[in-house]
Amino acid sequence: METLSQLANGFAIALTPAHLLWCLVGTTLGTAIGVLPGLGPALTIALLLPITFKVEPTAAFILFAGIYYGAMYGGSTTSILLNTPGESATIVTALEGNRMARSGRAGAALATSAIGSFVAGTIGTIGITFLAPVVVSFALKFGPAEYFSLMVMAFATVSAVLGSSAVRGLTSLFFGFYLGMIGVDLQTGQARFTLGIPELLDGVNVIVVAVGLFAVGETLYVAARRHAGKDEIVPLRGSLYMTREEWSRSWKPWLRGAALGFPIGALPAGGAEIPTFLSYWIEKRLSKKPEEFGTVGAIEGVAGPEAANNASAAGVLVPMLTLGLPTSATAAIMLSAFQSYGINPGPLLLQNQPALVWGLIASLYIANIMLLVLNLPMVGIWVRVLKIPAPLLYAGILVFATIGTYGISNSPVDLILLYLLGAVGFLMRRFDFPTAPVIIGMILGPLAEQNFRQAMTISDGDWTVFFRQPLSATLLALAVVGLVGPRLYALYAARRLRDAAQPGEA
Amino acid sequence: MLTKRDLLKASVALGGLSLLLGRPERAAAQMVDQLQIFVPAAPGGGWDQTARTMEQVLKAEKLIGSAQITNVPGAGGAVGLPQFINQWRGRPNALMVGGLVMVGALIANKSPVKITQTVPIARLTGEFEVLVVPADSPLKTAKDFAAALKTDPKKVSVAGGSAGGTDHILLGMIGKALGVAPRDLTYVAYAGGGPALAAILGGHVTAGISGFGEFGEQIKAGKLRALAISAGERQPDIDVPTLKEEGIDVELFNWRGVFAPPGISAAQRESLIALIEKMANSNAWKEELRKRDWTPILLTGDAYAKFIENENERVTSVLKDLGLAS
Repeated sequence: METLSQLANGFAIALTPAHLLWCLVGTTLGTAIGVLPGLGPALTIALLLPITFKVEPTAAFILFAGIYYGAMYGGSTTSILLNTPGESATIVTALEGNRMARSGRAGAALATSAIGSFVAGTIGTIGITFLAPVVVSFALKFGPAEYFSLMVMAFATVSAVLGSSAVRGLTSLFFGFYLGMIGVDLQTGQARFTLGIPELLDGVNVIVVAVGLFAVGETLYVAARRHAGKDEIVPLRGSLYMTREEWSRSWKPWLRGAALGFPIGALPAGGAEIPTFLSYWIEKRLSKKPEEFGTVGAIEGVAGPEAANNASAAGVLVPMLTLGLPTSATAAIMLSAFQSYGINPGPLLLQNQPALVWGLIASLYIANIMLLVLNLPMVGIWVRVLKIPAPLLYAGILVFATIGTYGISNSPVDLILLYLLGAVGFLMRRFDFPTAPVIIGMILGPLAEQNFRQAMTISDGDWTVFFRQPLSATLLALAVVGLVGPRLYALYAARRLRDAAQPGEA
Repeated sequence: MLTKRDLLKASVALGGLSLLLGRPERAAAQMVDQLQIFVPAAPGGGWDQTARTMEQVLKAEKLIGSAQITNVPGAGGAVGLPQFINQWRGRPNALMVGGLVMVGALIANKSPVKITQTVPIARLTGEFEVLVVPADSPLKTAKDFAAALKTDPKKVSVAGGSAGGTDHILLGMIGKALGVAPRDLTYVAYAGGGPALAAILGGHVTAGISGFGEFGEQIKAGKLRALAISAGERQPDIDVPTLKEEGIDVELFNWRGVFAPPGISAAQRESLIALIEKMANSNAWKEELRKRDWTPILLTGDAYAKFIENENERVTSVLKDLGLAS
């Protein structure tokens, strides 16, 4: 097998002491920035770009890849412990992860996300090694019409987080649409809902919204109810790591998450968030204990989305390494690093720079192992964070959220937004509006809108394009099945139960 | 024994050392102590890379002691520029990196500040655009493309970056040159070169426009066919005709340059121009440009200021034709 011998060469390059050290530095740094909300891998790599003037290319890319994978690991930690997502791909992790942490299972949540990340990251890396050309030719079949249909399918996932009242849930969703619309419209270049504030022209950062609604809102809520009720955090219940039951509930979500994350991550406009939504929805549907979702926290709801976001991180590298297509902010920055070496990333990259590409791929395997080794022992330390008395813990969360938000763009406007959204989050919590649909609406709404308009522009206003193209039609059909299917099945099951009961009565 | 005199000596030496470390300009008389570079974009983008390459070359050539780069990202420079004009007013050793994208963004966003409020120092680099079709497209030349566009602009979808950006401006200019009303053009805006490239490679659009660097490798690999470039004349090593050669009288460079804040003296302006000229003529700078495929199009001082005014007018008129400005 040619691929295997190439990969062996890659390992020979990646396993030199110097490259291992770069990998360790990258993964450690990546974990650290993942933990901090705001400072993402794209910004970190951009700030490190000047090292390309001093360091040889292979080492630099091993460092960057380590940061990239590390950030995906680290991002889940604060989501779980503090309800403060560090990256947009770990927002879903906060939903169940933080519930688990509050009911004493933080250790298990952190462990399932670390091991799930390792499993999915490794599956994704195997995908890069062997499937890249196939995946990329499939990914290119996705045009605006297909993306729009994919978004419609992803919207079905909102049903998993609507909460007790559909009206309240949909109100949240539409609030998310509104937040997503703010800024310059891509198709016409005109500003929408910016109120004349130039800082809003580029839109509102989804991290600011997530941190505002989840962390700041939660803090205000707890502060307001401090004398009224009990909102006790249990630091640890049962074993620190996963129990046998938790293992058996985790491994299938890991695999399903990886299966969703890798291909969607490889789509040029797929991203890491959509597979996490889809995974969460599927796990909630398939779980044997759906009552744990949104109450004490279900481990499936952490394992699946965490696996999905790490597999998608690997998927993102596919179009970059095979076609030179930057499909995420981080990939775009990595491409500009290629350019500062005078290496032109493109379809010929693999032919012209085999040592670099295979060294990079091999280092991804190593980075995954390093991250697992680095992160698992940390679980015990992280869990102690929850032993901090509530007032201090929440004060710390506020400080953390504020610094992180300021770190995104150094803009005071973002800080004002953070606290405004925190107040909104508090009111939503007080009046029982779910906050997760806001995030889903904010991410999916603008994507669906832009792809819809791109598709309509290309088809010159002919909306049948969504049904005429087989791939798009299939996705729409899946969306219908996803939305209506479970209800029909429930109806059918109820009838059968009744039918089965009737003969006995008669 | 440590005497008072020893301590004094030591403190003087330390002071001198810190002076040396902190302000290396004492060593070279004409050197700028610290250059402040304002980048109205996020780290990693074209302007940021220009700034960081400048820092690298200026330091290597010992023209400056150090550089401090400030990033204020947002809306193609429309967020940063007001800050540069107001808060950086009168700072002597300060430069802002900007370019054609900013000219367009300010007009499209109806920004209260204008690029002409800054003190233009020098145009540094440029990148010409390229018009491409997928390799299996029936359109073989730019003339084919022009004919298709004239027949029915609604059927010819063209992918590129955000609306009102350089790619869109070029399409508007092509339409105008061919007598096709720019408002009838079918432009599909994508967030960045990557997604646009994917749409072209996947055959979802008829054609695409972007900076040559973005598509160059795909063209070399035979995945895209380059119909024409927007440079004024043929480029060495690139076997693609210009738009002008193909009978479309359009020339466009996505240029990048540097600007000083308003309120500096004529002497300060002169010294900044001299500094940039020295940098642009250094071998280190030329080597960086070659590596990054940036075309040197140096233009300084008054000629540059005149160029900025013309660009401002030209872009305003194209954006008006496209219906993006009033």
